[in-house]
Amino acid sequence: MSELHVRGIGAVSPAGWGIPPLRDAIRAAVPIALKDLPRPGREKPLAVRPVPPPPSRPAFLAHARLRRTSPISHYVVAAALEALGDDTTRISAGSLRVGVAVCAMTGCVNYSRRFFDETLRDPATASPLVFPETVFNAPSSHLASLIGSTALNYTLVGDPGTFLQGLALAGQWLAADDLDGCVVVGAEELDWLTADAYRLFSRDVILADGAGAVYLAKTPGAQNVKLTDVTDAHLFHDRPSRIRAALRMRADLPAGNSGELLCDSRTGIANLDRGEVKAWNSWGGARVSPKIILGEGLAAASAWQTVAAIDALQQRQCDAALVSIVGCNQQAIGARFEVQS
Amino acid sequence: MLFPIPVAPASRPRVVITGAGMVTALGRDWETNAAGFRAGKTGFRPVTLFDVSRQRVKSAAEVDLPASLPGTELSARDEQRLDRAAKILLLAASEAWRQSGWNDGCNIPLVLGTTSGGMTMGQDYYKQATTQPKRNRIQPTRVTQYQAQSQALTLCEAFGFGGPITIIANACASGANAIGHAWSLLTNGHASRVITGGYDALSQLVFAGFDSLQALSPTTCRPFDATRDGLALGEGAAVFTLETLEHAQARGARVLGEIVGYGAVNDAHHLTQPQPEGNAAFDSMSLACKSAGVGAEQISYVNAHGTGTPLNDSAEAAAVNRWAGPRVGDVAVSSTKASIGHLLGAAGAVEVGICLMALNGGWLPPTNSTASVDAACRFKLVTRPEQRQFDYALTNSFGFGGANASVLLKRWRDHE
Repeated sequence: MSELHVRGIGAVSPAGWGIPPLRDAIRAAVPIALKDLPRPGREKPLAVRPVPPPPSRPAFLAHARLRRTSPISHYVVAAALEALGDDTTRISAGSLRVGVAVCAMTGCVNYSRRFFDETLRDPATASPLVFPETVFNAPSSHLASLIGSTALNYTLVGDPGTFLQGLALAGQWLAADDLDGCVVVGAEELDWLTADAYRLFSRDVILADGAGAVYLAKTPGAQNVKLTDVTDAHLFHDRPSRIRAALRMRADLPAGNSGELLCDSRTGIANLDRGEVKAWNSWGGARVSPKIILGEGLAAASAWQTVAAIDALQQRQCDAALVSIVGCNQQAIGARFEVQS
Repeated sequence: MLFPIPVAPASRPRVVITGAGMVTALGRDWETNAAGFRAGKTGFRPVTLFDVSRQRVKSAAEVDLPASLPGTELSARDEQRLDRAAKILLLAASEAWRQSGWNDGCNIPLVLGTTSGGMTMGQDYYKQATTQPKRNRIQPTRVTQYQAQSQALTLCEAFGFGGPITIIANACASGANAIGHAWSLLTNGHASRVITGGYDALSQLVFAGFDSLQALSPTTCRPFDATRDGLALGEGAAVFTLETLEHAQARGARVLGEIVGYGAVNDAHHLTQPQPEGNAAFDSMSLACKSAGVGAEQISYVNAHGTGTPLNDSAEAAAVNRWAGPRVGDVAVSSTKASIGHLLGAAGAVEVGICLMALNGGWLPPTNSTASVDAACRFKLVTRPEQRQFDYALTNSFGFGGANASVLLKRWRDHE
């Protein structure tokens, strides 16, 4: 299989619910305002970029499966439903086999922290309602139940580059004719525990949460955008090998031209961005860095990058778009999309 | 490149196992485990890893870790940083790697299944973060080692191969999904070799979680028993080196067995309960058979998911009855969770290993604790050690979130 078509995209981000606020925020190129997140045991709160409350209560929260879920499930479902659009009806009717791949790095951390806290206080009274929501695949399971999909459903865990691996996985499933389509979602939820943990590696990192979704199929969507490449996943173990991995990822992608857009994973923090700066130092086209605007959303951020690249193509702002992800502690990986001629 | 996808081979490559390693409460190597499963030994004991004084249940199948790890490319400092899950995984992987005879390791995909990665490190991080919030000592290492990609990267460093890494976290089906995905990579021509398996270590959070659900047996785990009252937890890992038959034969490798089919579906039903009729279990078993071109009537043994909970075993029994059809009485079924407990993300991988042992050894592993078989079981539940030569074994793994996966193995005959 040489190409995969984008049928839809969706997003929940610190800019708001849906693609339009994400697009507006990236166009404005102004970092989203910081919010305080209390950190128990410390007077100084943590600075984060959370998803704002939805403009109205999402209809999907009426579904029995979603009543007790944590934010990550809400983000996964909202982004996926936006990407799937009207096809949700056909999935529920059983006329469309759509698989699910949810990618996360920290996953369901809200309920994990809460449940472990209850366990340490007294395991005899720890809540059986909370524990199931700690499981990595809870969000993908809720999504499958909501849309009525019994098709392939994987939750992939890894650093932010895992989202692009999810796109390649969708390609494998579609090439094998296991599915008619696949929605790939990258998602995370904020918690003081993760925000505090990332502070140990860089005091300048601003964590964020949300989700991004890409719905892929073998047949073209209305906007005629297709995925042409996902590079190898170049592993790294330390800072020098991280830079080498970034350079290898860059070498895997076409050279590009001035009409193309680069959507990279720079954070605005020099020592974290070193690999990507080196990899793309000769890039002459347009360039956006969604993490600088939205924050470090981990798997969600790589999904926002991808969604922003696809959206720019759908808006015909460029001929092709490259996505470059130099992850936190695992891999450098890239992808390329273009408008079908 | 991960995409575009290479053109699928004109004829689907056969996938063989050339290296296998296993760690469970029964032992830290393949042969000890095989002897244990064959005899129906059990590995349960009082939990020593964390405080269970306030839990309903106080036993599990713990692994005895060795004083030192097998020699790899990891430094002593690297080894000191490893958490319990990483050590268990490394032990199993080391056995598989040595047996495979692989010695060059660049760009071998690694596909692992786990539910909780380095959870014990995460727990330690949380305890210190809440009791000593201004003390950061060891905390960065815990943050890093907690993440599942850390254990995977450890394997890559230990044996010198470069991935890519795929970690599937589909709850208790993770191990089976990982092996099934590895099989798909080989059959679809994406790779000629893959390292795969599943692992999980016992942790307080997960133990308390299953106890809070009252899913743990307060007596003895008795899968498919009419009076069963829950599951028992364990820990462990199984790792396999898979390669195409062509690749294995070209290097003169010893073949241990063949993986011939894989099926995976989601039941879209409930987060923790299976669909009562076992519809998704039936579908995953049927898909595994279909992908292999093998009929249910050719399969002699099923290693059931068989957790010992009332809901799982009744749904699985219904699925096996329906899948096997009129010859259901001829199908031998057992749940080896009676011996080693439920290994969560490792369960599917370890149970693939048990099927491989049974196919090669010509025996059926018993569900040793079950005394009065549930009337819902129309199949033959193996409750005592039994000798039998057979050609196909199917293993089921089902998990929270409605994840269902089945893997089908075929006995390897040297003349093939």
